[in-house]
Amino acid sequence: MDYTQFLAMKQEIGLLVVFLLVFLYDTFMPKKALNGTAAFTCTIFAIFTALGFCCLFSSDVTAFSGMYSTGAVMSAIKNILNLGVLIVLIQSCKWANSEFQIMRRGEFYELLLVTLFGMYLMISARHFLLFIIGLESASLPLAAMVAFDKNRYESHEAAIKYILTAVFSSAVFMLGLSFVYGLSGSLYFDQIVSGLGNSANSAMLIVAIAFVIAGIGFKLSLVPFHLWTADVYQGAPTSVTSYLSVISKGATAFAFLVVMSQVFGQFYDKVWMWMLYALIILTITVGNLFAIRQRNMKRFLAFSSISQAGYIMLGVIAMNEVGVASLMYYVLVYIFSNLAAFGVIGAIENATGKVSMDDYNGLYKTNPRLSFAMMLAMFSLAGIPPFAGFFSKFFIFTGALHQESVAMYILVLIALINTIISLYYYLLVVKAMFIKTEEECQIANFRSSCSERLGLWITVGGIILLGIASCCYSYLLNLTQASGMMSMF
Amino acid sequence: MFCCGVYGFITRKNMIAILISLELMLNAVDINFVVFNRFLFPGQMEGMFFTLFAIAIAAAETALAIAIIINIFRSNKDIDVREINKMKF
Repeated sequence: MDYTQFLAMKQEIGLLVVFLLVFLYDTFMPKKALNGTAAFTCTIFAIFTALGFCCLFSSDVTAFSGMYSTGAVMSAIKNILNLGVLIVLIQSCKWANSEFQIMRRGEFYELLLVTLFGMYLMISARHFLLFIIGLESASLPLAAMVAFDKNRYESHEAAIKYILTAVFSSAVFMLGLSFVYGLSGSLYFDQIVSGLGNSANSAMLIVAIAFVIAGIGFKLSLVPFHLWTADVYQGAPTSVTSYLSVISKGATAFAFLVVMSQVFGQFYDKVWMWMLYALIILTITVGNLFAIRQRNMKRFLAFSSISQAGYIMLGVIAMNEVGVASLMYYVLVYIFSNLAAFGVIGAIENATGKVSMDDYNGLYKTNPRLSFAMMLAMFSLAGIPPFAGFFSKFFIFTGALHQESVAMYILVLIALINTIISLYYYLLVVKAMFIKTEEECQIANFRSSCSERLGLWITVGGIILLGIASCCYSYLLNLTQASGMMSMF
Repeated sequence: MFCCGVYGFITRKNMIAILISLELMLNAVDINFVVFNRFLFPGQMEGMFFTLFAIAIAAAETALAIAIIINIFRSNKDIDVREINKMKF
């Protein structure tokens, strides 16, 4: 075997180096230096992210006889994920250095980097074995991270709910894969395409695709499979919740896009378009309607992230370059806006331990800066024009409308109506912070820590700048068009 | 066998039993792969290898789930799923 093939996986190797450095630092540094673990991790991860953006990793390669493939688009999506992880790391510094977590601080960073590694594999995999390994190593350590607050009962409850649904979903997914294998005789993506060629419309294929969609739908929390989301988000530590809702979801969405387009692309209009169509409508609507009645901020953001996942899926159902580019752009914007919201929630929770929406009444009086950041995040999530969220929604609708069929117009119309519903509950938060000022605010004025402020500055800057700088989107679009990912259509 | 697993997953009230049902589902998948490999594509080994990896992954999953269940037992003195209802709706 030719071992130089490993060198093709440049970005993975880079991440592995970061992981090993963190591990060695955590294991061998003297006790006194361990307080710097958080800063150390942030620094070297920042260097790694910057290297990624310098286009060091963007050459097109396939390795291991086609099991692994990377290219400009793949490394762009990995860079986007890196950026999100960097923000999560910065925001979690305070929490990781709190006295309850100090014992296992290093493990938090190590587990987080391992899950990111799994997501890399999942995105780059062109063989279902590698895909499954990536998927599992992205979701199993997350269960351990959800259970991280050893003293809080909710954390365990969330973890058991997460691990049971995760295993259930991967079992369903693997059953679907076994049917695909039975039909095509291979697990390589490109060989499956040719192997499945003559089996269109067979019942087994439809069952297989349904199982695959259901399996990944669990991870993405699409609606009939969303029941774990709110509980897990509420119970997990806030840093883990933000990681789970943004990075894990973005990576899975992209991997889902790759599987659907590269493997099942030829059955698009015959088989899975209508499955996904129904899922999107359900996801957006149910996510929005349930979000209205939430009073806990983390549960509220959980349901909001369910409906956002529905919007992200619009990029998959579009099945064209605009869809891919707008999906990446949407994930990028979603990272900034959601992490801004979680940053504020995490800062307030760290300082006062309050997560209920009623506690936010009149927050503007006591903490004007935090409430301003929260307001920007809410506006961006709802899609109000000058901010980035509006443009990402706009592009993703454009991508879906490229099909020019009546069904797509109806789908986009439903999504648009739901945007208006979502505006209502996002503005509830803003109303609580700015208008309900009669009573005394439950949260006294406090000064958030340096790392939290840095994280919030980055996210707020991202929300505003990405809305103005159109070059980001056109860059992504050029990238996808040049790569010819969708060339089979 | 897969359906037995799903049935068990839904109806069992003890978390260990739920975990066993999950194992049943995963084993059903493994057997499915091996059988497809043996009877439809006897010339190659891809399904067998997938099964090997799937077994390893299933073991990891079980270990993690049992660790979490032990934690719950410590704080709750019970592993009945009906008791795990602090967060709802």
